[in-house]
Amino acid sequence: MAVSLAQFLIVAAILFTLGTAGIILNRKNIIVVLMSVELILLSININLVAFSAYLGDLTGQIFALFILTVAAAEAAIGLALLVAYYRNRGSIAVEDINLMKG
Amino acid sequence: MSSVSSAVAHSLPEAILAAGAVGLLFFGALRAKDSDGPVTEIAAGLVALAIAVIFLGSKTDAVVFDGAFIDDGFGRFMKVLALLGSLATLIMSGNFLAREKIDKFEFPILILLSTLGMLMLISAAGLIALYLGLELMSLALYALAAFQRDDLRASEAGLKYFVLGALSSGMLLYGASLLYGFAGTVSFAGIAAAIGGSASRGVTFGLVFVMAGLGFKMSAVPFHMWTPDVYEGAPTPVTAFFASAVKVAAIAITIRLILTAFESIPVQWRQIIIFLSILSMALGSFAAIGQANIKRLMAYSAIGHIGFALVGLAAGGEAGVSSVLAYMAIYLVMTLGTFAGILEMRVNGRSVENISDLSGLAQTDGAMAFFLAVMMFSLAGVPPLAGFFAKWYVFNAAIQAGLYALAVIGVLSSAVGAFYYLRIVKVMYFDQPAPAFDKAAPAPRAVLAITGLLTVFLFAYPGFFMEATRAAAHSLF
Repeated sequence: MAVSLAQFLIVAAILFTLGTAGIILNRKNIIVVLMSVELILLSININLVAFSAYLGDLTGQIFALFILTVAAAEAAIGLALLVAYYRNRGSIAVEDINLMKG
Repeated sequence: MSSVSSAVAHSLPEAILAAGAVGLLFFGALRAKDSDGPVTEIAAGLVALAIAVIFLGSKTDAVVFDGAFIDDGFGRFMKVLALLGSLATLIMSGNFLAREKIDKFEFPILILLSTLGMLMLISAAGLIALYLGLELMSLALYALAAFQRDDLRASEAGLKYFVLGALSSGMLLYGASLLYGFAGTVSFAGIAAAIGGSASRGVTFGLVFVMAGLGFKMSAVPFHMWTPDVYEGAPTPVTAFFASAVKVAAIAITIRLILTAFESIPVQWRQIIIFLSILSMALGSFAAIGQANIKRLMAYSAIGHIGFALVGLAAGGEAGVSSVLAYMAIYLVMTLGTFAGILEMRVNGRSVENISDLSGLAQTDGAMAFFLAVMMFSLAGVPPLAGFFAKWYVFNAAIQAGLYALAVIGVLSSAVGAFYYLRIVKVMYFDQPAPAFDKAAPAPRAVLAITGLLTVFLFAYPGFFMEATRAAAHSLF
């Protein structure tokens, strides 16, 4: 049974929505935010690879490889910022990131 | 072989920054000292060299690196602006970092890498190049925002900027994947050819997502929520960098993307730009009124100014784009001047950031008060200062394009915004003096004076400046 392009796109859209909701709705832990970011990026990769296979064009797969690489760098910086923040604040709860407002 | 040498010739400024950043990183690591030593000066020299290369190098337009990188008049104009912003940041930062004891050699290198990302972003001719340039810029900026890593506010600013920046990259990429799927190509020219006058639903969705991602980087409302916190928390030279060079690069790629890939579907993109523009102008004017912290106030000011610049983009066409270029050039000068002033706000060796700290500045430091007042009048758009011409050009372009309502809203919010700029002038000239500031460092003082004089005397020679913006805008059409 072949999986159609639309089905791939629907899965990717669901994952993208879950990732976005995870960032916006999450009140507990910043690690969950980092995981949500990864989820968003991987859903985009599904999109790109599905389009690439459908169009018979390699560009989308190359784009996906670039995204994987950048995602690794992004995760490294995100975790480094998290450690720096934890050292100063002693907490990584989202609701504690409230020093500046207005 | 000749294609390789031509590619290098057209990307020489980028090559200088890339090689310089890597070289300086080696130098700093092998030197095995924490302090920055000569690294800041060398980095500033490299940026100046890149500006010189753009001025002296070939002026022919070309698309190189297999259609990923475009070198044209528009790109060269915006690159010079971004490089000037980064040069001023490097010059002003040295003293500040030393006094805050964060003068590490990584700082100028991160600025160089971020600037390299901006140049790649400005020259991007395809979605992959756009994404890579944007990420190179942003990843360095996340680290820069939290550079004062023992400071709670700075690390909070870095974390907030990272989370929202990552979300915005995700939106941009989702849009890019839709554009790739429905247009079948990642190059802007190819997307324009595939659209051919009527947008499919997929392309429209892609456009909306990409604009949301770019809106974050421009800090246009409703994607602005990170801006005040990051501006307030980040070290002041970094804030100056955010407000100057980063804005230039984000506006540049927005213009290029819209006018090279989506020019044939103005109905779709124009309403997005008008929406962002009206909200940004309104929020920038009203939300700044109650601010006590001057860096926070400048954040709302930046949001408002992005709204004004987008008025020119909404007008579209050559006149509209050249008005945006003029606006960004003038905005860059005013912002750098204002932040040079903010960098001088130190009492007993400690940075102060409240507007009340400026009280009675005219009596304790007349020159600084005068130049800061010039900046405030110019940001408010009072003639004959440069800020007035900037607004005049964009509103003029909007009226010529028939966007009367947008121009009227712009003028009204500009009038509201004038209130908080003038309040600062009133505090400096008519309030009881606060404790005097420490003796100013020479670099910020020089930047403040130069930008102040440029702001005052632009009206004497507007022709040369307008000719440059027109020529730059012309290369897009």
